[in-house]
Amino acid sequence: MKRVMGYCDRWSAGPGETVRFKVSCIDTDAYDVRIVRLKQPEAGPLATPFAPEPVDAACNGPHTGRHQPIPIGGAAAVAAHPAIPTSGSFTLCGWLYPTTPDKGRQAIMGTWCEATQSGFGLEIGADGALALRMGGAPALSTGVPLLARRWCFIAAVHDAAAGTVTLYQEPRADHDFHPADPVLVHGTARHQAPSQPFTFAAWSAGATDDPSPWGGLRFSHHFNGRIDSPRLAAAALERAGIAMLATTPLAAPLAQTLVAAWDFSIGIPTETITDLGPHRLHGAIINLPTRAMRGHNWDGSETNWTHAPHQYGAIHFHDTDLVDACWAEDFSFTIPDGLRSGIYAAHLTTPDADHWVPFFVVPPRGTARSKTAFLASTATYTVYLNNRGRFLSTLTERYQGRATVMDHIDALLVEFPEMGISTYDRHSDGSGVSYSSRHRPLQNFRPTGRHWNFNLDLFIIDWLEKLGGDYDVITEEDLHKHGQDLLAPYQVILTGSHPEYDSKDMLDAFEIYLRRGGRLMYMGGNGFYWRIAHHPTRDGVIEVRRAEGGVRAWDTEPGEAFHSFTGEYGGLWRRNMRAPQRLVGVGFISQGFDKCSYYRRTADASDHRAAWMFADIPDGLIGNFGILQGGAAGLEIDAADCALGTPAHALVVARSENHSNTYELVAEEVLIPHGATDAVINPDIHADITFFETGHGGAVFSTGSIAYAGSLAWNGFDNNLFQLTTNVLTRFRDPAPFPEPGAGLSSPGQHGGKTP
Amino acid sequence: MYRFDKARLDLAREFKANPFGEHSPDLQYLLNILRAPRPGPFHVLLIDRAGERWTLAMMEPGKPPQRTNMVFTDLAEAEWHIFRERWSAHAGEECPVT
Repeated sequence: MKRVMGYCDRWSAGPGETVRFKVSCIDTDAYDVRIVRLKQPEAGPLATPFAPEPVDAACNGPHTGRHQPIPIGGAAAVAAHPAIPTSGSFTLCGWLYPTTPDKGRQAIMGTWCEATQSGFGLEIGADGALALRMGGAPALSTGVPLLARRWCFIAAVHDAAAGTVTLYQEPRADHDFHPADPVLVHGTARHQAPSQPFTFAAWSAGATDDPSPWGGLRFSHHFNGRIDSPRLAAAALERAGIAMLATTPLAAPLAQTLVAAWDFSIGIPTETITDLGPHRLHGAIINLPTRAMRGHNWDGSETNWTHAPHQYGAIHFHDTDLVDACWAEDFSFTIPDGLRSGIYAAHLTTPDADHWVPFFVVPPRGTARSKTAFLASTATYTVYLNNRGRFLSTLTERYQGRATVMDHIDALLVEFPEMGISTYDRHSDGSGVSYSSRHRPLQNFRPTGRHWNFNLDLFIIDWLEKLGGDYDVITEEDLHKHGQDLLAPYQVILTGSHPEYDSKDMLDAFEIYLRRGGRLMYMGGNGFYWRIAHHPTRDGVIEVRRAEGGVRAWDTEPGEAFHSFTGEYGGLWRRNMRAPQRLVGVGFISQGFDKCSYYRRTADASDHRAAWMFADIPDGLIGNFGILQGGAAGLEIDAADCALGTPAHALVVARSENHSNTYELVAEEVLIPHGATDAVINPDIHADITFFETGHGGAVFSTGSIAYAGSLAWNGFDNNLFQLTTNVLTRFRDPAPFPEPGAGLSSPGQHGGKTP
Repeated sequence: MYRFDKARLDLAREFKANPFGEHSPDLQYLLNILRAPRPGPFHVLLIDRAGERWTLAMMEPGKPPQRTNMVFTDLAEAEWHIFRERWSAHAGEECPVT
């Protein structure tokens, strides 16, 4: 099957800015490119026909392609240096926490080069035991398999004069009673190699012309697990000397022999590893292995790595780490002056398959071309990229209440695991994925396939197009960078269907915007839920620590709830005193994926402050139809809750009902398991359409449901949900201020809190 | 402990009538059994035409889906087919509800 895949270097581009595309072909060397504007998702016969709008572009047409491998796998590397022994004695030691010791050979650290079979290095052997490779000699092994997820002190000593080697494998007792006998083995070997890089968690596999994440090299034998406090001395030390090297490497007795003492607790937010030794053999991490990880000496006295970095000296490497596919550029597209702001894509095609590479054309920087902006949920898109967990088992079907649906682009992710995974997945060793990057080919960022996030948001674009297309598109990535300045020119901001992930800067920007009279239409469900951190230097790389509560595919390990990029505490915004109810009046209450439901108008809908929303809408159920599982209320839904911050004057104008068994209360609402947690029995589960004024003429309208957008186009846009939403947008575009919230604005009280 | 009971044809009939949406507690228990993760291939639906046609496939984790010759134009029918296949696997005989 002739296939193609690609990605681009930037998601947000204004006139004059260039988007660069990187492409790889499989079983073909030819593909076609077509730049298009996306105005709706592909959603079948009940939806607006899928009709990407052609855009004139020099890059349109046939292209010659080639296969570009993806260099997946975490590691760290230090450039070759004369101080690193090439033939003489050495002592190499550190702490190891292997997570898959039985997966086969895995590099730990050293200068070993797999291509030339030269250098020296500690590794986990095929039998799971610690082994030392040196020169052409067979590896010396302890012969005792390492235990998974247990710290072990390891050391290798080579006495060049005697031609001997000694290996130490010393498991550490860890408040339990696993067998932990130390192992000591002796052997003979010599080595002679050219000066070459010193690597951690992967071996150099030699130079390559393929995409390389570091130094023009390929890497192999990636390690899963943690390395802490690695040390290298140019002498054969006795056990006491090894202990000194491990604990006080800068001590005077080692002054003549210390080569390097790497301290991974330094520069945790960076991609640099720091050597405290005399030669400053600093290096780089490769593919963003996870930092701010508990080290061998973590004792529970501190859970914030910024307060005790010395207890966080470990890096957790995974063979599934990937921050950048490092592909070469194949073509580019410079945004022409005058190209309207919108959602665009490069559509790559072969005779057998296609691939979409979307991007967002924003207005000229610092300007707005409309009173209305659609804020693309690029943070959420990033966090979900290449969500593999959906395809692993019937577990997905169990909580979704229906069989998994997929297409040929989804199948790419299954067949090519090197595309990497999402923060909804676990690494191959079972560790949660904290980082996600958009610098790689993407399977679930496209206008086709299962409706979720990006392509579901295109239903909102579809509606805006129906209203005449008077809107700009801006991105959350830019919101994080530019804050309130990005929002300020607009009268109305519309979110996507599932703006789930926010940095503090993003939330601050929303809050300031609203306090200054802005209007926010929160067009989805489960928004503003998780706290994220953006990489300090790489655009499009986001960190999530899934701490304490929340509906989540994995949870952070003890002591690892603080983001490595920023030092901020991770987890739910609710746990950071900024529950979504504070910002938009509603917050995540339940999810289900089998069938969507409808809203019923409440008494608040008749309040004079909200009655205008229902102009020209006859009485009756709202949104009891839809392209997404038959209703507007569903998938992930939000409820008002004064206890969590819904303003006292907020009006819940419509509330959903009749959800199914798969709609369970979110985990953070179930402190004591009690069984009455699904929507059939629990009255707290509903989506609330909510409205409130924010001061200085501003206001918030929240739909409280991801599925909402999928009902806008129902029946050729002739439906009450379309009318309601359009009434709100029309009023929000009107500069006439909303009343000031205050004593005069009270709610009839539909949202006093959850059922006791 | 709830266990699969091939005599509970009422549950099969209930599912056939309403594969999506609210189920009785016993049907939900049964579905949790039928949808429990287990080793080996599991059912997925491949989109042939968005919103219009799907082909049933079997997929093992890490391997591409293998298409069957079962094609559906209605997701409810697809769910019913999958339900019957799983019922049969548990019961050791075909589900008599058709």
